[in-house]
Amino acid sequence: MGLDLSVVAAVLSGFNEGVLDPKGPIAASERLILFNSLGIMLAIVIPTILATLGAAFWFRASNGRARYRPNFAYSGRLELLVWSIPAMTVLLVGGVAWIGSHDLDPRKAIASEVRPITVQVVSLDWKWLFIYPELGIASVNQLTIPVGTPVSFELTSSGVMNSFFVPQLGSQIYTMAGMVTHLNVRADHAGTYRGLSAQYSGGGFSDMRFSVAAVSVEDFDKFVAAARRDGPVLDARTYAELAKPSTAVAPSTWRAVTPDLFNVILGAAIHPDDPSRHASHPSLQRAER
Amino acid sequence: MNLLGKLSWSAVPFDQPIVMGASGGVVVAGGLILGWITFRGYWPYLWREWITSVDHKRIGVMYCLLALIMLLRGFSDAIMMRAQQAVAAGGAQGYLPPEHFDQIFSAHGTIMIFFMAMPFVIGLMNFVVPLQLGVRDMAFPTLNSVALGLTASGILLTNISLAVGEFAKTGWVAYPPLSELQFSPGVGVDYYLWSLQISGVGTLLTGINFVTTILKTRAPGMGLMRMPVFCWTALAANLLIVAAFPVLTATFAMLLLDRYLDFHFFSVAAQGNPMMYVNLFWVWGHPEVYILVLPAFGVFSEVVSTFSGKPLFGYRSMVAATMAICILSFLVWLHHFFTMGASADVNGFFGVMTMIIAVPTGVKVFNWLFTLYGGRIRFTVPILWSIGFMVTFVIGGMTGVLMAVPPADFQLHNSLFLVAHFHNVIIGGVVFGVMAGFNYWFPKAFGFRLDERWGRASFWCWLVGFYIAFMPLYVLGLMGMTRRMQHYDNLAWQPWLVAAAIGVVIILAGIVCQVIQLVVSIRDREQLRDLTGDPWNGRTLEWSTASPPPAWNFSVLPEVSAIDAYWSSKGGRTPNRAFQPIEVPTNSAVGFITAFFASVIGFALIWHIWWLALLGLFSVFATILIFAFRDVEEIEISAEQIARFERQARTEVA
Repeated sequence: MGLDLSVVAAVLSGFNEGVLDPKGPIAASERLILFNSLGIMLAIVIPTILATLGAAFWFRASNGRARYRPNFAYSGRLELLVWSIPAMTVLLVGGVAWIGSHDLDPRKAIASEVRPITVQVVSLDWKWLFIYPELGIASVNQLTIPVGTPVSFELTSSGVMNSFFVPQLGSQIYTMAGMVTHLNVRADHAGTYRGLSAQYSGGGFSDMRFSVAAVSVEDFDKFVAAARRDGPVLDARTYAELAKPSTAVAPSTWRAVTPDLFNVILGAAIHPDDPSRHASHPSLQRAER
Repeated sequence: MNLLGKLSWSAVPFDQPIVMGASGGVVVAGGLILGWITFRGYWPYLWREWITSVDHKRIGVMYCLLALIMLLRGFSDAIMMRAQQAVAAGGAQGYLPPEHFDQIFSAHGTIMIFFMAMPFVIGLMNFVVPLQLGVRDMAFPTLNSVALGLTASGILLTNISLAVGEFAKTGWVAYPPLSELQFSPGVGVDYYLWSLQISGVGTLLTGINFVTTILKTRAPGMGLMRMPVFCWTALAANLLIVAAFPVLTATFAMLLLDRYLDFHFFSVAAQGNPMMYVNLFWVWGHPEVYILVLPAFGVFSEVVSTFSGKPLFGYRSMVAATMAICILSFLVWLHHFFTMGASADVNGFFGVMTMIIAVPTGVKVFNWLFTLYGGRIRFTVPILWSIGFMVTFVIGGMTGVLMAVPPADFQLHNSLFLVAHFHNVIIGGVVFGVMAGFNYWFPKAFGFRLDERWGRASFWCWLVGFYIAFMPLYVLGLMGMTRRMQHYDNLAWQPWLVAAAIGVVIILAGIVCQVIQLVVSIRDREQLRDLTGDPWNGRTLEWSTASPPPAWNFSVLPEVSAIDAYWSSKGGRTPNRAFQPIEVPTNSAVGFITAFFASVIGFALIWHIWWLALLGLFSVFATILIFAFRDVEEIEISAEQIARFERQARTEVA
């Protein structure tokens, strides 16, 4: 999709890129939950605001018609009402929250006929590394995914915390060194979406964004083929080079990736002096529990 | 060995004109004020009546003064951030480089929470609680002065970081691993940690002091269920302080051990666990929100009731709601990190718990509403703040509950929607609350009212400015803008950020109005003088004594027989009892000296000047030892002196 929204100056156009313009099932369900919860609460918040302003205005000292009831300080019936209105609201929204957090658990696989692809994400200072372990390629600051295919992310960090977030696909998740977090999303529409870090991570944080290209399956295959054709190889040495702090890194791809690099990065975080120890360590599963 | 540790001239950022201009301005202004005090010969007066005073009223006023000054500091940070984000769009970098911008948002959060909101709330409680309880002082007056000193010491260190070294560039939460030595090798995080450790000890002492005072030293007849609601909220807030602040202190102590002695509590390497910091930080952090807002709720309860000319509706409900919030506030902290990968059960549980806390909060709003209902409302400045609060706070509460729904939070966490939400509750709740309290109790503290006209102007500027500054941030959050961005590429965000900047300018006008209000009121104090001690037709005991109250608060301790103790005694005739001599605690320099050495210790530790830190530590120990062996604790005010004071107060009224 060639429409570059960043040049559209119209004020409201920004909504076309945010969480209110979902491009996949996760973000769409989250928007629905957002609207439902908001609706339930507005039903009580708006009357409360109006009643407050109304009572304050009507019972102003200068209003002779208002009845002054200097001893009106208790009413059992009103007390019951006062406790039950918020309680009922919370019951409703609480239900939404409980069911929603199970339905939209980031690690829950998306039910689909199509076999999901796995993408391993590493947040580095200050760029994003995407490894496609099944395809043996990798890219930085540019995530390409096939439309209609569930994407299963495994995420970690080389150092400080970040939060992987593509608003239009839904559900940000923290990346933490030495730990793996999981996220499942799917893009249902082709397009280019904004990705960013939503957790401040130091000096180069503001440039820590990436673009997500959701493309047709054919185009995805073309992308993979093109990536495999040329570019450098991502191994321990080139990774060490990449991991050095840098900002606003231009997107690029690697034609091949050392197998198990993701686990090496994980292990290296915990045992910086001993890169051979990895994956097997129990603390790796901490984020899982 | 270097006698000055890491300290050298390179610590002063001479190459940064904005920083040097600001710190130069502070030094010049401070110098002028000190020079003026010296020139007018006010030092003995200040020393005798304020610095060494252990009178809870004086200490309360000093807390509020500190808070007002820090409001200006924190607000200048806010203006700089809004200006930066209004211009740094597309390819533009704005006028603040990341290393400066990152310090500013870290300092803004730290200062506003710890050094503006906390001292203001504690200041109001200090001034009001003993008066409302009908007692002569806090349970531990000198400890109170020490607590103030330690708070001031933390404030001083944070402000020194402006000119000497740097402040943290980690955000006000200072999550590791970013705040570990590996990623933040400078002194910024150390300034942050030591400032908050020192002021945190002060806050804990305050908490202990208030809990003891409220539970053990009430006027005869004032059972717990006759306490003014402000005292209840103060009790709840201070119970939270006592329970929560040690967690913060321990957490920071662990991070300090990581940074100073190469421990690995929160580091990634060697089995450290940064998630544990986040967890512990919010175990303190969420109760902290209620530490701030509960006393504000108390202020609104007093103000709404007084100016409606009615008792508070549903007193028992209010008490129950307050204590429910006090307990529930410890069961919701995980909602600050739903996005960290916890299981659906854990997220769901804490989401629901967070909503449950909205029930007692909602009850409070309805009870204020029914207090207005049937009232005869006098629209003074404090009630304006209160009604502004009721309208604004329910919106903030609503967006809070919205983010308590985990799937919604997955989309809104750390976005400007979140920033809008917590400013919505902290400005709309806490700031409006302390402003209401400031206007409400000012005449009690100084014997004259604040100017109404400038007070109203200030309120309207704040209210309108708040909406223009923060509603756009809700929108930006929905548009996918995250917080703490030094620049951004999405031009569609810019108009909203410009609008937010305009809102901040309107708030600035509100603050200017407040300063003018104070100046005008002091100038016109004779016209604004209140001789009755009860300018608002008040209901609670603080209005039964003179304004400003004498050092001993009540010449005859009040007997309490109902809620709204003073109101219920109005119209009746006060029994003319003979005055008894009263003992009041003597002044003490312990607070000041402790604070001085605490600042020295903090500064020495930040710069690794070990000998100086040890010297400071020893001096604090010696100070407290000397204090412990003091001979004179109290001085007696004679019955004649009290009688003279009362006669004079009465003739002035007549």
